Amino acid sequence: MRPILSVEALTMRFGGLTAVREVSFAAATGAITAVIGPNGAGKTTMFNCITGFYRPSEGSITLHRPERPVALHRLAGHRIARAGVARTFQNVRLFGGMTVLENLLVAQHRRLMAATGFGIGAVLGLSGYRAAEAAAIGRATAWLEACGLLDRADDPAASLPYGAQRRLEIARAMCTEPALLCLDEPAAGLNPRESLALGALLRAIRDGRAAEGASPCSILLIEHDMGVVMGISDHIVVLDHGSKIADGLPAAIRADPRVIAAYLGEGEGEDEEDEADAGAAGDGPAA
Amino acid sequence: MTAPAARPALAPALRDAALAALIALGLFLPLVGLRTDVGPGGGLFLRTRWPDVALLVGVVFLGRLAARLWQDWRAARRGASLPKRLAGPLSRSGRLVAPLLLAFALLLPVIPGIGRYELDLGILVLTYVMLGWGLNIVVGLAGLLDLGYVAFYAVGAYSYALLAQAFGLSFWICLPLAGLLAAFWGILLGFPVLRLRGDYLAIVTLAFGEIIRLVLLNWVSLTGGPNGISGIPRPSFFGLSFSAGGGPGSFADAFGLEPSPTHRVVFLYYLILALALLTNWVTLRLRRQPLGRAWEAMREDEVACRSLGINITTTKLTAFALGAMFGGFAGAFFATRQAFISPESFTFIESAIILAIVVLGGLGSQLGVAIAALGLIGGFEVFRDLQEWRMLVFGGAMVLIMIWKPRGLVGSRTPSVALGQRRTISASMVAEGRG
Repeated sequence: MRPILSVEALTMRFGGLTAVREVSFAAATGAITAVIGPNGAGKTTMFNCITGFYRPSEGSITLHRPERPVALHRLAGHRIARAGVARTFQNVRLFGGMTVLENLLVAQHRRLMAATGFGIGAVLGLSGYRAAEAAAIGRATAWLEACGLLDRADDPAASLPYGAQRRLEIARAMCTEPALLCLDEPAAGLNPRESLALGALLRAIRDGRAAEGASPCSILLIEHDMGVVMGISDHIVVLDHGSKIADGLPAAIRADPRVIAAYLGEGEGEDEEDEADAGAAGDGPAA
Repeated sequence: MTAPAARPALAPALRDAALAALIALGLFLPLVGLRTDVGPGGGLFLRTRWPDVALLVGVVFLGRLAARLWQDWRAARRGASLPKRLAGPLSRSGRLVAPLLLAFALLLPVIPGIGRYELDLGILVLTYVMLGWGLNIVVGLAGLLDLGYVAFYAVGAYSYALLAQAFGLSFWICLPLAGLLAAFWGILLGFPVLRLRGDYLAIVTLAFGEIIRLVLLNWVSLTGGPNGISGIPRPSFFGLSFSAGGGPGSFADAFGLEPSPTHRVVFLYYLILALALLTNWVTLRLRRQPLGRAWEAMREDEVACRSLGINITTTKLTAFALGAMFGGFAGAFFATRQAFISPESFTFIESAIILAIVVLGGLGSQLGVAIAALGLIGGFEVFRDLQEWRMLVFGGAMVLIMIWKPRGLVGSRTPSVALGQRRTISASMVAEGRG
């Protein structure tokens, strides 16, 4: 297994609270890796460390690009995106007042900006910006088609139904041409049919056959919906109380007693106070 | 569809009004109905005022009933028919407004009956249109609330005045220099406020505006302090001066015209028109470029921008710098037009007026800002006779506009790019930006 992302001894503290404690795992290239765990297990915190929204207290995060490995924990937020990590948000964060197409063009900002001679040439109408923009629109169109949003291209993003907004956010992330796509609960709020379609879309993205000209992209996702997770993941990492408790193939995770204990609150006494949490997490791994 | 909708609504409206009257009765019975008064003997006695209570309850009942019926009637009338009927003609006429305004602005000096006063007023309005357009980049597109915009206006004005007086540079050399210096100060302001949002950003920019003014006021050896700078050189037309007496080397002489002070006013008018149109052109062009789109995306959601690899720092700084640059151009123009500047011209109220123009006109809308500047600045002048009443009237008008159109006169947004037809985006979906 060639890793695309390796996380080593990642620790994140907020004051006295340790949200993530010495978590190490690797996400394989060309695979869908899922991070699961009960509420408050530290999934989103770890996610924010990987995507540069938090700076980890300790540990390292490395993105393995073909050219050279990139130490993500040292980079500023926007540089992580440039290094090839794209993300979506638990609460959809689109540019609501801009059209669907504009959302996808903003995602290609860097390439377009370089084509405009960093703004100056474009104002004067000098550069070959037109060609770059046409290419960008072509790429956006391909992703809109992949996500079934082509007929809504000129509508404001805020006017889309919720499921379409989630797909648009994925399309927008993919327009940055990432090596690793990080999805924070992509199936939250989707109905079963939409979840199924999402699973198919994610597999297509992984294999690079989602849109014309797309290259294969590894995926790291946080998800509560066990149906989605078990259905599409190649590899699962389970967190509980900020620590990794299991790491393996879906079938192994499903049978792991520690995972079941974490979700159902059985077993060790120190887990008992979290029964309510585990209950709120909804589906157990066996569901 | 209006008539049938109004009728069945009567019963719930009556019930609603009766409920309101009941609440009013409960409140007014002890509050108004019973009153303790001092009797003739010095003791307290209870006086009842039932008619007053009945009157008040009746007023509440009728008022609530009228309000309910009015709401229902409006809702019924609105039901799809009105906006649809109006949308077509409105957008069609909207497309005509901008060219008509531009043609009017271009032809103003040659329209018969336009005298010096009207031209001066036109120059004033256009100055504010330009300032509004400049600030629109910062506030309207990038969503950064800037309450100290007048500082850049001041930097531009003083840059021109000092450069022209100390080094004898001409207006045309000083104009870009003034813009560059203002942009430099825009970046200087931008750095400390990069992490601030919303209210905090507004306060710091406000303070920045005041600091610049206080420095101008107190650095007497350089700026002349409260006395200001007078005798600022006037601009020339390709080296031809606009001296009142004509003479060799003057504009009138070169074109064989009768020397007239109006020439300079007309020239200044076209100068500010050209500067304003330059601001507009650059803004419109940038809106369709990645940079402008990144500004708007930043206004919509800064966190999402960062996750897409957009450098928030440089994006914010370019917005501050560009906005400040146009403020600086306007300032240089102001200095050369007045030939005298003092810190008094750059008080906070100027910033407030420019911001009011942008907000009333509609954040991000070039046409709205132009109309708001015309209405606000032109209105100030036209209603000069009303003296202190005009401030009251304008305050009231602003409140009314904000109630009627909370997103400004032109709050909708035109997409910068489209696969098919460009459809305007309604104001309710566009974010104001929080910092």
